[in-house]
Amino acid sequence: MTLVIFAVLLWAVGFGVNVVLANGPARDTGAVRLAVPLIFGLTILGMWELIVRGMQVSTVILPPPSLIAASFAENLGTLWGDFVQTILKGALSGYIFGCGAAFVTALLVDRSDYLRRGLLPLGNFMAALPIVGTAPILVMWFGFGWQSKAAVVVLMVYFPMLVNTVAGLSETTSMQRDLMRTYAATWGQTLWTLRLPAALPFVFNGLKICSTLALIGAIVAEFFGSPTLGLGFRISTSIGQLDLGMVWSAILVSALSGTVFYGLVALAERRTTFWHASHRGGR
Amino acid sequence: MAEASDPKAGATAGTGWPRWLRLPPVLGMVLALLAIWYVAVVPMNVKEVLTAAERAGVEVSPPSAVDRRDMGNWALVLRNPHALGDSWSSDRPKLPAPHQVLVELYDSTIDEELNGRRGIVRSGTLSNRSLVYHALVTLNATFLGFLIGALLGVGLAVGIVHSRVMDMSVMPWAIVSQTIPIVALAPMIIVVLYSIGVQGLIPKAVISAYLSFFPVVVGMVKGLRSPDAMQMDLMRTYSAPTASVLTKLRLPSSIPYLFASLKIAIAASLVGAIVGELPVQKGGLGARMLAGSYYGQTAQIWAALLVAAALAALLVYAIAALERRTLRRMGMMP
Amino acid sequence: MLSDEEIKNWPEAGTATTAPVIRADHLDLTFQTNDGPVHALKDVSLDIAKGSFVSFIGPSGCGKTTFLRCIAALEHPTGGSLTVNGMTPDEARRARAYGYVFQAAGLYPWRTIGRNIALPLEIMGYSRAEQAERVARVLELVELSGFEKKFPWQLSGGMQQRASIARALAFDADILLMDEPFGALDEIVRDRLNEELLKLWDKTEKTIGFVTHSIPEAVYLSTHIVVMSPRPGRITDVIESPLPKERPLDIRDTPEFIEIAHRVREGLRAGYEE
Repeated sequence: MTLVIFAVLLWAVGFGVNVVLANGPARDTGAVRLAVPLIFGLTILGMWELIVRGMQVSTVILPPPSLIAASFAENLGTLWGDFVQTILKGALSGYIFGCGAAFVTALLVDRSDYLRRGLLPLGNFMAALPIVGTAPILVMWFGFGWQSKAAVVVLMVYFPMLVNTVAGLSETTSMQRDLMRTYAATWGQTLWTLRLPAALPFVFNGLKICSTLALIGAIVAEFFGSPTLGLGFRISTSIGQLDLGMVWSAILVSALSGTVFYGLVALAERRTTFWHASHRGGR
Repeated sequence: MAEASDPKAGATAGTGWPRWLRLPPVLGMVLALLAIWYVAVVPMNVKEVLTAAERAGVEVSPPSAVDRRDMGNWALVLRNPHALGDSWSSDRPKLPAPHQVLVELYDSTIDEELNGRRGIVRSGTLSNRSLVYHALVTLNATFLGFLIGALLGVGLAVGIVHSRVMDMSVMPWAIVSQTIPIVALAPMIIVVLYSIGVQGLIPKAVISAYLSFFPVVVGMVKGLRSPDAMQMDLMRTYSAPTASVLTKLRLPSSIPYLFASLKIAIAASLVGAIVGELPVQKGGLGARMLAGSYYGQTAQIWAALLVAAALAALLVYAIAALERRTLRRMGMMP
Repeated sequence: MLSDEEIKNWPEAGTATTAPVIRADHLDLTFQTNDGPVHALKDVSLDIAKGSFVSFIGPSGCGKTTFLRCIAALEHPTGGSLTVNGMTPDEARRARAYGYVFQAAGLYPWRTIGRNIALPLEIMGYSRAEQAERVARVLELVELSGFEKKFPWQLSGGMQQRASIARALAFDADILLMDEPFGALDEIVRDRLNEELLKLWDKTEKTIGFVTHSIPEAVYLSTHIVVMSPRPGRITDVIESPLPKERPLDIRDTPEFIEIAHRVREGLRAGYEE
């Protein structure tokens, strides 16, 4: 019981510190902006640990963070293998292929008004569908290996990417197009100097959405069948063995990969679309 | 500038086209997709079809099934054009033809309910073999989860906008949480809740709620912050209390953002419910898909997929319709 | 062919001694819209001589911008004929015969000022060295030297518009077409840019077509003021300015200036009352 009281105390202290920091004189500095969410996160972790131990919650239901960390450290090798299988082979290859194919399709579609008017509503419609549902079919077609996961990822990222790129390519103003006309610029020159740069914010928006979708596709597809490794496989089998420490470790790996993946895309976006209104000055 | 060139630009840009003129391209694309599907059926199923043809006494080349296994599908198609008649009607196709999926869809919905032993006509309750039943199971979890997630999301967003501490502590995590594949949690939530005695609708709804929660938080925070400085200053000149600023300015201006995130949330909620049905095989579209993949019933998977797609489209459309009505009533949309 | 009488009455902007750079002959342009046809230009005939500075003035919908866009081959007349440097407008466009300055600067936010000005040069295939040399020269011409590495959104509106003029000058076309280039700027900046534009015109001896809403601006800048009126868009008067080529800003207080401004205003009013 004392541990639970400690947890409440910890919460009070953590929250108090955050109140002081968030309303203090240094509230807009980068350090505080970073510290406040970190303190919040650590407080939650600490309370989790204390409450689980204090109330003696079974580790089969909710293991304490320390146990998850231990399990994570113990199984680094296994988890690395799962990471390579699911993230690098399944998600990343599908992501690159799917987004690339969508981009090329967008360039082709863009030349024909008929195709654009036909494919855009269809693409919007498809982007809203639960495409994860195709996972059992694709696993049946491409086998249990990473290829079937990549195929699911391709299908999942294709339409959001297509819709975003097509929208981006038509993001030029009539004045900009007129300007290119006065230079008698060719289609290729207009594409390269005007339409592609103008489309970049949209392209990156698509890439960011797709980075999360890719991981979802790769992990869920493994629930429908996989070789004896992969994050989705690890999660579903470890649950069967009630090894919750391992389950949480696998979830931690997927969460970290997701954040890093997204972060890298966002970083590339900042580098290339610094000129866009949403990035100039401020945050 | 409203020079005379503008009307023409409007006419050629296609924005002024009547609605019925917009359909043909979409229709064309759909027909093209169906055509591709029918063509793809042939190479996809060629091995099974040739085996069946061989059994029926038709000569196929090469005659050995082992040789055929190692050959490319298109090569087999080219070498046996005479034996492909059954491609679109094979029993256990790798890729069923569209009409086979439609037949399966009809069988497992209308036919099952009207004529089946367990259908609604004979037994008074929905048959647990029909997709109508399974779709309703999924829909229940979707709705419940969506409601919980959306309400909590709006609540948290209001808190974040009004409290600096909450903003700085929670908001970064809410944004980070959008970058992680939350569905990975689904099996664990199901099993853990099961082990403490909670099962059925609730665990699936929890996953759905979890998935729909974060888009709503992020969208609503943006929406509640969308009033510009001048509008906020106006409220300040009235020395309006925080609650009036919320109800009279922040909430109304957040409505477009709310609907945009609700559309994302309901689609995510459906995915959550379907994935939540995978670990525990107790009905629902997800369970149907997994069962189909266990027993190699591709048409069954496709039919369940079609129903799921239709549900998703319907749900998003319903929210979009609600959005149009609300915005129109609020005068934010013509 | 035209009779002598017609040729005598031909509205002329510029000295008759040289062949016209731009010649419009009974130009018509009708837009088909959902609300029926709109006569944007009706029976517009005009000669613009080399080296003249011609302003087009008139109320909204009088077709002044449309006429400029016809010259630039951004619109296509439905009747009459139009030649630019003796070619059709579209041929002239392909020959890169003119630079066009729009109402807004329209600089590409992802390019620096220098790279924005180099944009037409890149498209037209100039060498890198040539590009750098020309960019430096036109930047100096519009007094923006030193801002080459800045991005457009880091500059004020007036500086952006100067950069867009530099962009139009970079490839040394003989004709400069400007569609209310200073319309969005405040009066003080506008005065300064007007003064600079005159100097620039003097230095480069280009033929300039200039669309504006403002009477003082038109009178201050132009050798010829073309007054237009709407419904249908047409030319009602062409006024030749007797002002000297050297024009300090305070020329606007002289009786000659006020006299011309008065004539333009009368012309505009007559167009309304018809």
